[in-house]
Amino acid sequence: MTAQRVIGVALLVAALVAPWVAYPIFLMTALCFALFACAFNLLLGYVGLMSFGHAMFFGISGYFFGHVVKAWGMAPEVGILAGVAGAAVLGAVTGALAIRRQGIYFAMITLAFAQMIYFFCVQAPFTGGEDGLQGIARKPLLGGLIPTKDDRVLYYVVLAIFLFGYGTIYRIIHSPFGQVLKAIRDNEQRAVSLGYEADRYKLLAFVLSAALAGLAGATKAMVLQFATLTDVSAAMSGEVVLMALVGGLGTIIGPVVGAFIIITMQNYLAATGEFVLVIQGVIFVVIVMAFRKGLVGELTDWWKSRRRASS
Amino acid sequence: MFELLGIPPQALFGQLLLGLINGAFYAMLSLGLAVIFGMLNVINFTHGAQYMMGAFAAWLMLTILDIPFWVALVLAPLVVGLFGVVLEKVMLKRIYHLDHLYGFLLTFGLALVIEGLFQWKWGSSGAPYPSPIPGGTNLGFMFLPTYRGFVVVAALVICLVTWYGIERTRLGAYLRAATENPTLVRAFGINVPRLITLTYGLGVGLAALAGVLAAPIQQVSALMGTNLVLVVFAVVVIGGMGSIMGSIVTGFGLGLVEGLTKVFYPPASNTVIFVVMAIVLLVKPAGLFGQTK
Repeated sequence: MTAQRVIGVALLVAALVAPWVAYPIFLMTALCFALFACAFNLLLGYVGLMSFGHAMFFGISGYFFGHVVKAWGMAPEVGILAGVAGAAVLGAVTGALAIRRQGIYFAMITLAFAQMIYFFCVQAPFTGGEDGLQGIARKPLLGGLIPTKDDRVLYYVVLAIFLFGYGTIYRIIHSPFGQVLKAIRDNEQRAVSLGYEADRYKLLAFVLSAALAGLAGATKAMVLQFATLTDVSAAMSGEVVLMALVGGLGTIIGPVVGAFIIITMQNYLAATGEFVLVIQGVIFVVIVMAFRKGLVGELTDWWKSRRRASS
Repeated sequence: MFELLGIPPQALFGQLLLGLINGAFYAMLSLGLAVIFGMLNVINFTHGAQYMMGAFAAWLMLTILDIPFWVALVLAPLVVGLFGVVLEKVMLKRIYHLDHLYGFLLTFGLALVIEGLFQWKWGSSGAPYPSPIPGGTNLGFMFLPTYRGFVVVAALVICLVTWYGIERTRLGAYLRAATENPTLVRAFGINVPRLITLTYGLGVGLAALAGVLAAPIQQVSALMGTNLVLVVFAVVVIGGMGSIMGSIVTGFGLGLVEGLTKVFYPPASNTVIFVVMAIVLLVKPAGLFGQTK
């Protein structure tokens, strides 16, 4: 598909030029959320598992990053690795329990575990409770090779991290492993009868998704220099669902588009307080009622039908 | 007076009563969720918001129209239940044929809208609702505020009446039959879509009734149902939604477990229900009263 390649190159060029046009901090935040939404979509869009507690991986990883960098004074790379590892372990534990139930129960179980982690973070000594971890210093990366005080330099680091995460997800989806995941999504019984141990595939996908959400969370803590309870809250779990849904579930670029739309909207509406939530709620309702394929999904459909009509 | 493991009985029984009251709300709310899920195949995320609406309806009736608690106890669930009926007719009805996921997302969005609007209009700080039965009795080992005792009894009665209505009456039999096989029941000339609408109204009314009962105990605030509904989800996972009685027993039981945790190890009181959920998932994945996986 050449059209796809053209769009891809155009997006990459836009991403490289972006920090000279838009505010770098905004772009970096949006990229972190985009990666978070892609990680969530890996589960829902390609395995059919609806996790309504993904904020626990995103948030806990930010805390791990903050603790390692601030309290232990170690390098940011170590912090990010710690965040990813922590999120992966948490994903392995909660995932192993959650996949014992199916369908809508899976969503409720992940939601409940996320709430448990939230209460844990309110009380745990290393999270700073209601205040969170503030003022995590930005240290240079790769032993001083990359200075990160300049927002534009850091932007390219974040872009590289995002592309790494995005590429990983792309590879997973297009690998034999990804094919099995899709088979489980479409018909679990049949996948099992073909000899695939569905639970092991689901668990591995869950851990991968949790680790990638952790990568996004730790990166966000590095950019914004704080980690707070907002990132582990149920509202954040809902937000990432919304991002993936707005962009289009099961499309690889959809969650990125959705994340940019939602973050932009929040930026403009921040002053209106409660109305951000009301509008998010309305978007949920409208999408479920009318545009279940999301922006990218609907556009692709429209494009396909147009081409079919012209040929 | 006697002491148990170094815990003064006042504290122990006080927390147990509190646990019983929380359990009463878990039971009423998980019951409504189970009834709705059975009929509509939708996990009603709006349940917490509808509980809050019940409390608000009672509070508005009192402060604006001077309607006393006992009238509001009947009127508020009717009003909120009617709102539920409209919701079902306008939106939920259109998504039954889809995956469960969409009902979950739709009701989640609705909860955001409702709670956001209430927060915008009335702020997030709570408003007090005067207790309709002030005073209490000293039982010797503890002090029992009359209203709190009333709530526990009332919740039990409500749960048992609901159980009776569904398991022992003709309408309940239609309902259970329609849950099993809606097409067949329709062939017998029963209006299943209307039955579904009524069920949703009933479930929502139950949530609102719980909200009215909670108003004099808690502050009436826009976010009073937000965290509660998450705990109730865990309760539902633990009990399994297959059995009405199971929901009631699990609700009350977990309230007591939470109360006991507050006595013996307070830091874990917020998380104990989720820990129980993890253990139940390990030992009996289908839930304590669940039949299917």
